[in-house]
Amino acid sequence: MCKALAAPQPALAKFQKANMHIPDGYLSPSTCAVLYGASAPFWYTALQRVKKALATRLVPLLSVMAALSFVIMMFNLPLPGGTTGHAVGVGIATIILGPWASILAISIALAIQAVFFGDGGITTLGANCFNMAIVGSLVAYAVYRLAAGRAALTSSRRVAAAALAGYAAINASAFCAAVEFGIQPLFFKDPSGAPLYAPYPLSIAIPAMMMGHLTFAGLAELLLSAGVVAYFQRTNPALLKVTAPGNLAAEEEIAASPSMWRTVRPLWIGLALLLVLTPLGILAAGTAWGEWSARDFSNLQAREKMTLASKNTAPPGQPPRGLERLSRLWTAPFPQYAPSFVRRPAVGYALSAMFGSGAIILVSLIAGSLATRGKTGVRG
Amino acid sequence: MNFLERTLASFLNALEHALRAEDLAKADGLLQRLDPRIKVIGILALIIAAATAHKLWVIGAVFAIALSLAASSRISVLLLGERVWFPVLLFTGIIALPAPFVIPGRVVWRLPGLGWPLTAQGLLSAGYLVTRVETAATLSVLLILTTPWTHVLKALRVLRVPVVIVVILGMAYRYIFLLLESAREMLESRRSRMVGELKGSERRRLAAASVGVLMSKTLQLSSDVYSAMLARGFRGEVYMLDDFHTAALDWMMLAVFAALAAVAFYCGR
Repeated sequence: MCKALAAPQPALAKFQKANMHIPDGYLSPSTCAVLYGASAPFWYTALQRVKKALATRLVPLLSVMAALSFVIMMFNLPLPGGTTGHAVGVGIATIILGPWASILAISIALAIQAVFFGDGGITTLGANCFNMAIVGSLVAYAVYRLAAGRAALTSSRRVAAAALAGYAAINASAFCAAVEFGIQPLFFKDPSGAPLYAPYPLSIAIPAMMMGHLTFAGLAELLLSAGVVAYFQRTNPALLKVTAPGNLAAEEEIAASPSMWRTVRPLWIGLALLLVLTPLGILAAGTAWGEWSARDFSNLQAREKMTLASKNTAPPGQPPRGLERLSRLWTAPFPQYAPSFVRRPAVGYALSAMFGSGAIILVSLIAGSLATRGKTGVRG
Repeated sequence: MNFLERTLASFLNALEHALRAEDLAKADGLLQRLDPRIKVIGILALIIAAATAHKLWVIGAVFAIALSLAASSRISVLLLGERVWFPVLLFTGIIALPAPFVIPGRVVWRLPGLGWPLTAQGLLSAGYLVTRVETAATLSVLLILTTPWTHVLKALRVLRVPVVIVVILGMAYRYIFLLLESAREMLESRRSRMVGELKGSERRRLAAASVGVLMSKTLQLSSDVYSAMLARGFRGEVYMLDDFHTAALDWMMLAVFAALAAVAFYCGR
């Protein structure tokens, strides 16, 4: 009887669990390489920061926490309506360990799952770690800190913040995975036009992924984060200190060379803003006032736009002579800023990716500044 | 089956998988005899070859290579079917199912009644996805089933994975079983005290409390392990013994893997 029940279990368990772990074959090797590359600096930074905070405790603490993340991923969580779902545990791991240790613990658990248990691919391990461990932990941290504010360790606001953090983290991860799936058919097709990897475009991949995560998987993560925080509030609130500002534990966790950070912070902010704003500038409709070309003066439509933009003052009939002379002198390599290739969807998506990375950098910056504010609050 | 039983079943499944892998790794077969470093590099090369191929028959050929490796390493087709092919087909098959109808291209058939067009490009892309995923999954399972975990870890050193990460991976793997056992006992004892069904909210509280207890136990465990390590003279540095020796068979198989992967790369362009 027991055996008969157990037989379909691996297949079923795999089916339930695999929705977030991208297996080999769904992403092109170049996407995988890019995502390994994108994860590497986060792993490096996380390792340096955690090493500094934990010193010789690093090896045992990370080992057992990674083992725990692995076991948590196997839990079937009861959801409303009688179904069950799996959670990654990234929300609760971030709240208890802080974002950097959580990045490492979840990445190690994912590596063991991929290499030993065949859940999630080996070539896609970088992608899985990027989506779940890195984006998940950073989003969970930012949301938790923003939502929890300076509430007391045992306040119910922290439970709500944990719920939000878990929910936001898993959905951000799913969104990253959906974008990775969705750009595959755009870039990788065989000569007949058949997609080589994940076949669906963004317009299908995003809703398909998000539907499951905004509901079931998101709910599982939400219930786990909130439930465990509520449990610790009753039994051992000290465990929640790491991500709560105004205490020593939090200070140790985030004590990575602040002087260096202060020097490079403006650069990062600038880069993030540039990344976010550049595509917006290109995608925005219309031309900026004064950025007209000599040709626009003889074009009826362009003249109308110029009149409108200049508070109904009609432009001169002839282009200014200086402008005409200069425009003959120098032709930009990309006339009109947006040559035909920019109008192709592929570039549009690349720009969206730029926008996305800018947004992620901004989120981590906000998280970082929140952390610093918490620290100065203690000293001051 | 309620969530307690399901969770217990997935714990048992993981333990069973680990035990079976240990048994198979001891068997006398081709892959088992190879140096783990060469096995890791060779199988990784084949997985990348399958991932890069732009032709269906090349992916099929890599799959055939995986099958012959399985046969020469005493891994039964039945086990592969149960562990890999069926679950992968169930998951990826469902994902690939709408592709023939959704991907635009040359219409080869229309669904009777509904009139949905079935395109050649859609069928091909579903084929790419399913064969690629099956092939890569088969290859990675072969690596896992024929290599003890400690050897896989040591072999990671040739891929320049830092020593501290390799050590953490090794320790984490060891503690997974301790924690699985501890979680299993906890859930079993809870189940043995249960008469009738729990309400939804109670079930959720029970699940969250179980994870919470496990988490506290884990943090306690980490300080115990740390104290034990300090007592044995641990000062923060980690060393590994690389005690692998390559034989003629290893070099021959490395050449075979390299040749097969190169041919697959070349033909699959």
